[in-house]
Amino acid sequence: MNAYRYVLRRLAGLPFLLLGVVTVAFLLSQLSPAEPLASILSERQLSNPEAVAAAKARWGLDRSPVEQYLYYVKNVFEGDLGISFRTKQPVIEDLAARLPATMELVLAALFLGVGSGIVLGVVAARFRDTVVDQLVRLIALFGSSLPVFWSGLAALSIFSVQLGLLPGPGRMNPRAAALDPITGFNTIDAILRGNMASFSDAVTHLILPAAVLGWATTGVISRLVRASMLDVLGQDYILMAKAKGSSGLRILFHHALRNALLPAITVIGYSFAYLLTGAVLTETIFSWPGVGSYAVESARALDYPAIMGVTMLGGAVFVLTNLATDLAYVLVDPRIKLQ
Amino acid sequence: MSASAPLIARRPRTKWFWSVLPGYFGFTIISFWIVAALTARFWIPYSPFDTVGSRLTPPSFDHLFGTDALGRDVFSRTMAGALYSIPIAFVVVTIGAFIGCVLGAFAGFVGGWRSAVVMRLVDITLSFPPMLLAMAVAASFGPGLTTAAAAMIIVWWPLYARLMQAQVLSVIRMEHVEAAIASGVRPGRLLLRHILPLCWTPILVNATMDFGQVVLLAASLSFIGLGAAPPAPEWGAMVSDGAVNYYFWWIAAAPGVAILSVVLALNFIGDRVRDILDPRKHQS
Repeated sequence: MNAYRYVLRRLAGLPFLLLGVVTVAFLLSQLSPAEPLASILSERQLSNPEAVAAAKARWGLDRSPVEQYLYYVKNVFEGDLGISFRTKQPVIEDLAARLPATMELVLAALFLGVGSGIVLGVVAARFRDTVVDQLVRLIALFGSSLPVFWSGLAALSIFSVQLGLLPGPGRMNPRAAALDPITGFNTIDAILRGNMASFSDAVTHLILPAAVLGWATTGVISRLVRASMLDVLGQDYILMAKAKGSSGLRILFHHALRNALLPAITVIGYSFAYLLTGAVLTETIFSWPGVGSYAVESARALDYPAIMGVTMLGGAVFVLTNLATDLAYVLVDPRIKLQ
Repeated sequence: MSASAPLIARRPRTKWFWSVLPGYFGFTIISFWIVAALTARFWIPYSPFDTVGSRLTPPSFDHLFGTDALGRDVFSRTMAGALYSIPIAFVVVTIGAFIGCVLGAFAGFVGGWRSAVVMRLVDITLSFPPMLLAMAVAASFGPGLTTAAAAMIIVWWPLYARLMQAQVLSVIRMEHVEAAIASGVRPGRLLLRHILPLCWTPILVNATMDFGQVVLLAASLSFIGLGAAPPAPEWGAMVSDGAVNYYFWWIAAAPGVAILSVVLALNFIGDRVRDILDPRKHQS
């Protein structure tokens, strides 16, 4: 199959997957024991017959389940995810307000995880079957075996409580003056406003959660980079480069790593999506005001509209990043076989 | 006359040792936790549910791992906690793999629109981040250990369905299957006797590798409050107690190490099972 047809086919499947995501959310909300009206209206409005009638009409609650489903899909695609029980705000607004914090954390974690994963993978391949290799393997294994909600707690206890090196939970020092948001990314906003004190505050708060979250990716990436480095290092052109007298470092980073990183692209794409989920637990530990902690607070309070909103957002992000990753892979490596 | 070189070089003895050591290590740890799950109630010093000392005391001879915010003994609770995490992971992986294998084998074998229905269901389930879907399902069913397990099964079966369908599709093209069809073997027998026996290896390898991830997910759900109900000494829930009082490190330390040790051990065992069953994948 040629690449264009593959891309077209994947793009054509996208609306169906997104519709599937919404359908699952609808089915789950039907399963939930909550009274559906209560998930749309506040308690005070529930005693107002006009508001009740309007909400019933908008969500088709007086219609058959099939019609309810159609109303649900229409409302979701118009951006109406209902009103949160807990915050009494439209879920979509809550999500929009909290998304930048999550993106900042996830991107920082991805940067740390991928960076350290690549370096460790190259080192492990260079020192294959030595103590160094085993050590890297152990680091990787710990990364994928540690429960982030516990390693986050341990990191806080060690670096913040015992050693006092880094600040405690939160995104900024609560006593510092609040930053006027531009992008919603505190680090970038601080630079844009030229406020260096806020910048260092934001960065120091970011280090621990990003490192804890990124560690899980380090493991996967380092294993993959190691394997593909070993593959590439065995090829003739590397021997050629050696014969021509290239230095070891130049061979590793200039000749080998470029080709070895190709398979890593897929994993980086998928890990972005997985980091979004890992963020759920990390944000809870670090009181990070993002979508993840919103999801947990909603789940604890059985706030169904909010839970479904987060689930749909997660599903949409997951579908889109997976698609982007697959497409990027096709574009980067023309030899790839498509099925 | 010189001896000819062996066709396949033997791995040096030391390398062999390092390749099997983690497997035995994992097996030892898991055996410990299984024994703890079965017998802990007979030898732990205190009841895991009751207040047995003053609140928030650091580790001492009386309370090896200290006491929590309600004055319960963390050591007793950690040991008793094995009875939650390990059986749940076992149930989830077994049932998830069973459902996935049945549907995947069906999809691969019958083909056509029936296969398409199953596989689209797989695609849709897999288009959610696992943790979020499990949270949404567990919350919709209402919190509790059984619903958490059900939620995890819903998240886990599609992986096996996809794997099994691919396996069946590849085995079905083999010559012995063609021969069986030609000699008039009926479809049910064809699937059960000629196709499925060749499909199990990757399923088994994946199931062992997944065990650790299921333990982690179960603990995560309990940590959030969607798994075991409060007094139960479930490890994730205990770490959650520790998160509230994170200045008292010992509350969360032991249950966290317990989760880590189980997941690490299961990963070691999974690696070893893969090496044994699937030697081609082994050397990278």
